[in-house]
Amino acid sequence: MSTSSEVLSVIASRELAGRRTVFAGIGLPTLAASLAHLTVAPDLEIVYESGVCGAHPSHLPETIADAVLITGAEAVLSMPALFGYVLQGGHIDVGFLGAAQIDRWGNLNSSVIGDWHGPTVRLPGSGGAMEVMANSREVFVVMRRHDPWSFVDELDFCTSPGPDRALADGVTPFGLGVTKVITELGILARGGPGEELRLAALRPGVTVEQAREATGWPLKVADEVPVIEPPSEAELRLLREDVDPERVYLR
Amino acid sequence: MPRPSPDKTMSLRAAIAAFVHDGDTVALEGFTHLIPTAAGHEIIRQGRRDLTVVRMTADIVVDQMLAGGCVRKLVSSFVGNSSAGSLGELRRRVEHADPAPLEFVEYSHYGLICRYLAGAQRLPFYPLHSYAGSDLPAVNPDIRKVTSPYGDGEQIYVVPPLNPDVTIIHAQRADRAGNTQIWGLTGVQAEAVFAAAKAIVVVEEVVADEVVRSDPNRTVVPAHAIDAVVEVPRGAHPSFAQGYYDRDNAFYRAWSGISRDKEKLAAWMAEWIHGTADHAEYVAKLGDDFWAGLAVGEALSEPVNYGRRL
Repeated sequence: MSTSSEVLSVIASRELAGRRTVFAGIGLPTLAASLAHLTVAPDLEIVYESGVCGAHPSHLPETIADAVLITGAEAVLSMPALFGYVLQGGHIDVGFLGAAQIDRWGNLNSSVIGDWHGPTVRLPGSGGAMEVMANSREVFVVMRRHDPWSFVDELDFCTSPGPDRALADGVTPFGLGVTKVITELGILARGGPGEELRLAALRPGVTVEQAREATGWPLKVADEVPVIEPPSEAELRLLREDVDPERVYLR
Repeated sequence: MPRPSPDKTMSLRAAIAAFVHDGDTVALEGFTHLIPTAAGHEIIRQGRRDLTVVRMTADIVVDQMLAGGCVRKLVSSFVGNSSAGSLGELRRRVEHADPAPLEFVEYSHYGLICRYLAGAQRLPFYPLHSYAGSDLPAVNPDIRKVTSPYGDGEQIYVVPPLNPDVTIIHAQRADRAGNTQIWGLTGVQAEAVFAAAKAIVVVEEVVADEVVRSDPNRTVVPAHAIDAVVEVPRGAHPSFAQGYYDRDNAFYRAWSGISRDKEKLAAWMAEWIHGTADHAEYVAKLGDDFWAGLAVGEALSEPVNYGRRL
């Protein structure tokens, strides 16, 4: 048996095939990027929001600023350099993001549930998510929960807008916005501006109807919806023995 | 002739008393690394009121300053307990105005970085490729859109300069004059210092002038931008100082539980901040065994040769 985090990490890692640079946070994105590094993307460089490029950690990092990411790293940049030159300069192929809410165009909310001025729940806010969305060539979103409260018809607040909202605001976007959303049910995908997220693949045993019910808008479905290949023995072994042997994130 | 270095060293108590006043705008920077916690605690001990606090990643020290009744307004781009949970006091104030409303001004990370860049260079604004299509400009009217004077009608968002009354940073070491050396994550500390009217650097060690001069490229902030140098070993706890001590991850995890419960939080504040005379007492109270648990081994850099004219 494999756990939900193992499956999500493996699926996300496969999507990184052939990519050069990935902007990743700690947790599932780190696991996915580290596994991809050992499998489908050996030359992958992971860039962290704290300014670290080319980390060679001796232990699994606990935060994006863990001291083990610094010792032995290839470069550590200041915030203006990381956000200004690396991100806004267009050096990131794939950005990984999470959010409390996502809509059909791949716009994200990580600020509030309810009204911004008197929220039911105050969430952390953008951090660098808005910049990752605006400046990466494409963005992968990993959502632990696939339900109508997270996949919403209308966001309570748009923290990180995709290219469609940027265009409507009169600004030409740089990247494609969200192209893949990886969940416990399957993968939603879109090609870029003007396209809605569609159901693109399903986990074994999950039906199209289940995915539709879990999504808060009328979910479009691709012409072909393949079943995702379960994690292989080799992928699971690498993940369990090499990437996260102490199971810090592999819950 | 080399000019003599002015000695700007003083106690943390004296530095906060001299440079942080009620109603001031105070920036505390340090991106996860080198968070100026001891300075935040001293501001609480001295009972400052009505501060506007600016901090990109408003985390535990901001929650403590909120609980200490010091803060009227918060300017931030991430309000959370790192990856370890929530800030109880901040959430009570924002979600329930309990015990008082908090004026909160929200930006993205690069938005705040650009505010420091504009502030440090005394520019009227700074442009960035963010905010287009976001709901943030609607709740923060200082985020504005302008037409590029060069592009073909190209629109771009801009943010205003930020010029704190005082910026406080923590660093590994400085000389007596304030030439400040940081390694590891250097964050946005230099920009925040240059943007401010006054700046305090709290360091793990005040070192001899020769130590700094042996490696001038490691100086992130030169002395002319610093007004006070304060030596407070372990002053960044529960964050870390690369090469000195590790991050106290257990305390980050514990903070969600402490801050969620008003009484627990009040008891924590009474014991660890109001119940200690200064940071040295806080450090001693944690005890040697505790600090041994955060000790780090050596990983020295290769020396570089700056050369010497023969």
